[in-house]
Amino acid sequence: MYESLWSFPGGVMGDFDRLRRELDDVFGTSGLASSIRSVAPGAFPAVNVGQTPTSVEVYAFAPGMDPTKIDVVIDRGVLTISGERASALPPHQPGDKRVSVYSRERSSGTFKRAVSLPDDVDPTRVHATYRDGVLNVSIARRESAQPQRITVQ
Amino acid sequence: MGTRNELQTSAAANQPEQRALAPRVDVLEDEQGITLLADLPGVPREQLEIKVDGETLLIEGVVAAATPPDLKPAYVELRVPRYRRSFTLSRELDPSRIEANLKDGVLNLRIPKQAHAQPRRIAVQVG
Repeated sequence: MYESLWSFPGGVMGDFDRLRRELDDVFGTSGLASSIRSVAPGAFPAVNVGQTPTSVEVYAFAPGMDPTKIDVVIDRGVLTISGERASALPPHQPGDKRVSVYSRERSSGTFKRAVSLPDDVDPTRVHATYRDGVLNVSIARRESAQPQRITVQ
Repeated sequence: MGTRNELQTSAAANQPEQRALAPRVDVLEDEQGITLLADLPGVPREQLEIKVDGETLLIEGVVAAATPPDLKPAYVELRVPRYRRSFTLSRELDPSRIEANLKDGVLNLRIPKQAHAQPRRIAVQVG
């Protein structure tokens, strides 16, 4: 009925949870503007973004996907990664060999993550690989955007 | 003396190199055994350890995503590059016959039950 003993309405952590929620409501954004496409923490898949002088690297941690079914789209400077992860749990059928599900923590269903790319990337030079459940999208920066040494004569 | 050693080992386990995330798992049980699916994205086969110690099953994996050497993080949601989770197995499971399969970051563990532990219908006598 309840996920655990800690989430009873009057339970031990109930007050802590409420305190955290109230603090989040007041201080959560700390007045700063968040990206219009940000998601709550814990969204699937987790995304890490890094930069090198020559590229922008985006890593999406999406295990158990068929790489041909992951949609990677760049449109007007926004990289969108979307797809659908099939549930590993067997569909319930009457008269089936009985399967009990004890734990269902892995998410399934459709997902979509969007990352806004800096202006100096070249959307025609994109390389995406999927390995060990991690999708790596590498977008090269425009040549002219890289710092150029100017020799002094 | 004993207490200090315990404190030291638990402090060592919380050192930054040893901190680990608990991976999300699905656990299913059918009449022949238990299937455990764990999300371990970024862990290749050689960085995955599955250990059974008595009744404890330990799954540990290190994320080894290939990143360019001059990569500067800009936005990081997954900070800890290590997964660890342990489970106690009950006695009707047979850990010597565990089968493990790692594909695309999903670990599929199959733990069969002891042969004699398959469910037996017990006829209820009347009278």
